[in-house]
Amino acid sequence: MMTPLYKYGFFGDEMSLLVAFALGIGFGFFLERAGFGSARKLAAQFYLYDMSVFKVMFTAIVTAMLGVTYLGWIGWLDLGQVYLVPTFLRPQILGGLVLGVGFVIGGYCPGTSVASLATGRIDAVVYALGIFAGTFVYAEVYPAIKDFVNSDSMGQVTLPEVFDVPWGLVVFAVVIIAVAGFWGASAVERWIGGKS
Amino acid sequence: MMPPRRPYMNPYLAGIGLGLVLLAAFVIMGRGLGASGAFSSTMSWLVNAVAPEHAQANEYFQGYLGDGSTHPLKAWLVFEVIGVAAGALISGLLAGRVHVTVEKGPRASTAARLLCAFAGGMLMAFGAHLARGCTSGQALTGGALLNVGSWAFMIMVFVGGYAAAWFMRWQWR
Repeated sequence: MMTPLYKYGFFGDEMSLLVAFALGIGFGFFLERAGFGSARKLAAQFYLYDMSVFKVMFTAIVTAMLGVTYLGWIGWLDLGQVYLVPTFLRPQILGGLVLGVGFVIGGYCPGTSVASLATGRIDAVVYALGIFAGTFVYAEVYPAIKDFVNSDSMGQVTLPEVFDVPWGLVVFAVVIIAVAGFWGASAVERWIGGKS
Repeated sequence: MMPPRRPYMNPYLAGIGLGLVLLAAFVIMGRGLGASGAFSSTMSWLVNAVAPEHAQANEYFQGYLGDGSTHPLKAWLVFEVIGVAAGALISGLLAGRVHVTVEKGPRASTAARLLCAFAGGMLMAFGAHLARGCTSGQALTGGALLNVGSWAFMIMVFVGGYAAAWFMRWQWR
């Protein structure tokens, strides 16, 4: 069996939309389960007394990373067919910074705002309206900033390629960093929790 | 009747669940999860419905509208995000966590909180467009694929968040 199934023609575009809906249900379910339907719980990450955002995010990254690595090694997944967003380093660095500031001010990111508005949060509805407004403004100024947005292009590129090290070594390093991060995050939670 | 309000899932278990959904997306679709793109498609459709000449003259909206042969809402991420809302609602109902409320700390007024929510959403839209994805499409998806831009983006999200946290303390604590 060769995957990704869609890329190998197991089903078509119409079916892919139903798949999208089904995957979305799983995504939303676990976001809410984790407590990410609550802006206070999400913002707590930045005040160090509840590091769930880091723990959930990095556990998910490690799980999926180990999964694609294993399936790639046994030959079930053609990793070259999995879409990589191209790297435009400077715009993405600035974008991350702006998004991080927006996260603390707004209390959500786009995905968690959907989970939150679905579970009754009025502020998440207002936040989503803010995304629409921001998208409109972005579209209007896009011609003026287009050159910057498309600058610093590196193409579709992974960390093992850039640093010229084996894929498995980077996977191993990410797992070590994540485990150390989980230990550190819990230590910080206890420390901050003990102070307040 | 709502069931009693239950505590959240262990973060590592929720993370494994989320990771398996992401892995399923890679294996079934050959792409990761996302969120911000659904807002872009919806906005392009809205502007096109209200002011078609304006939308079609704009390079950004044009990118989402295409040649007009496919409805802009018939997009993968739009369907996925509708699923996100449904999945969150299912989880929230099962755990007794669906309440109409405004999330804020004890010191913030509702009006100030809603103003910040709107401003934060606007900033988020800019950040996600500059980065070509948000926490889902870049950090989560690209993180698992060891994508260079995604890791640079993810580190900067935490830098930006911690840099701004002190100034927004009144809203949350």
